[in-house]
Amino acid sequence: MDIETIRLGCGAGFSSDRLGPAVDLAQRGGLDYLVFECIGERTMAFGHRDRMLDPNRGYNPQLRARMLGVLAHCHANGTKIVTNMGVANPRAAALLVVDVARTLGLHGLKVACVEGDDVTHLITPETAFMDHPGTVADTGLRMVGANVYLGVEALLPALRAGADVVIAGRIADPALFLSPLVHRFGWALDDWALLGQGTLTGHLMECGMQITGGYYADPGFKDVPRLADCGFPIAEVSADGRCVITKLPDTGGCVTTGTVKEQVMYEVHDPTAYLTPDVTADFSAVAVRPVGDDRVEVSGGAGRQRPDKLKVTIGFDGGFLGEAGVSYAGPNARARAQLAADVVKERLTRINQLGGDLRVDLIGVNSLFQTAEVAPADAADIRLHVGLRSQDRGDIETMLWEVESLLCCGPAGGGGYRGQITPCVVTHSCLIGRDQVSPSFEMFTA
Amino acid sequence: MKPSAKPARIHDIAHARAGDKGNTSNVSVWAYDPADYPLLKRVLTAERIKRSFPKLFTGSVARYELDALHGLNFVMQDALEGGVNTSLNLDSHGKSFSYLILGLPIEE
Repeated sequence: MDIETIRLGCGAGFSSDRLGPAVDLAQRGGLDYLVFECIGERTMAFGHRDRMLDPNRGYNPQLRARMLGVLAHCHANGTKIVTNMGVANPRAAALLVVDVARTLGLHGLKVACVEGDDVTHLITPETAFMDHPGTVADTGLRMVGANVYLGVEALLPALRAGADVVIAGRIADPALFLSPLVHRFGWALDDWALLGQGTLTGHLMECGMQITGGYYADPGFKDVPRLADCGFPIAEVSADGRCVITKLPDTGGCVTTGTVKEQVMYEVHDPTAYLTPDVTADFSAVAVRPVGDDRVEVSGGAGRQRPDKLKVTIGFDGGFLGEAGVSYAGPNARARAQLAADVVKERLTRINQLGGDLRVDLIGVNSLFQTAEVAPADAADIRLHVGLRSQDRGDIETMLWEVESLLCCGPAGGGGYRGQITPCVVTHSCLIGRDQVSPSFEMFTA
Repeated sequence: MKPSAKPARIHDIAHARAGDKGNTSNVSVWAYDPADYPLLKRVLTAERIKRSFPKLFTGSVARYELDALHGLNFVMQDALEGGVNTSLNLDSHGKSFSYLILGLPIEE
């Protein structure tokens, strides 16, 4: 018996993901749906900040470029687009997509804007966090916005209304992929087994190339062919939930049981309880089976009753991160770099009283694993790296100045000063009841 | 896989991937050869991970076993020096923790 199959593609697994492989998928992927997953906890908060500065912004900065690249191909091939690129401003994002569609002559294209994830108004100073003790007031920080993770129920009405592009804000990542499956296969919203397997598929796809060879290569141990030309993934999903992960021929990368297994547990804690708004998914009995070149069948995802409450991420203004560095190379480099580190620490703490949130690393000797107390390596090409966080930009500028002054005032032979200041956000999570949320959509026509 | 001249490390028999959520890190470790999985399971305990890096993994360490896939998933609470928002580590996501664990010798 022929079982209907749906082809899902992932065109982005994070906000700054590549464009070319997404265009490739739109052009020759034979896709039913192309999904762009572009929100992390931090990008969400940055979206709110952008929107505060300009009420017409707050969506993914690459939205226009991505739509210009894929929209005509998707229209020609009957591929629908589902994305969270609306970030903190789905309405402005939908209007931008309409504008791009008109520019491309795609008149009549239907763009749905899904809203209801912004729950900033529900957060009070007394709101308690879910992952650690404390309340919003306890942080002492200015809130920039709060968003609830919505599930398939938020996207289904827009899909049912015939949207060609569904653009939302905070949606649980796997739900972006699960929604088209539920819509097209008519899966029941309490068929926990199917929702669990479909959530597994979404979870595997949501990070883009992390399942086609990205974040995987380890030369001599895990070799990945043509990593520079890595393709984005495709999931071929059957009505019974079975799924084959693959990619386009003539793209770089690979889909193997190894790439799939690593992604099964990516950012997963207890494999029997992966919580989403739609299901409590269970990945503990997942099986993977190679079924051809760059083709791996994934089965065994299961599920049970969805959680009662929904997770909210609250973003706060986190001040600034300053980073500055100077390099030392050649004979006695490590001793000179260590002396530079000591000078900076002493001056910043004794003279400037900036010792609090300060860290000094010697890159090449011991930086990433400094706290892990791994034995330092001996190196003759070492970079002093100084990091400082503060609410006060002036503190950061003082630190940068101190590090730069090492050029003339520090140990012999220091060079290559660079310094930068990055605005920061802080995020915390809380839970809210489902009855406090009412997602809606609005359709725009190009 | 390459034969290694050095004392055998976990890296010689397994691969790994790290992920982060808040101040919690998870590292999944997978035996290349299913025949090595029982060895991996025996030597790479949650207690050993915690004991090997006490200053870094200050919270609890849990281990989940994926016998069908020949993998172990370690979940380290309070492991990211405050998390991506507050850590001053260059790798504030703890992406490199996979190779921190793969760098351990197979036998202590």
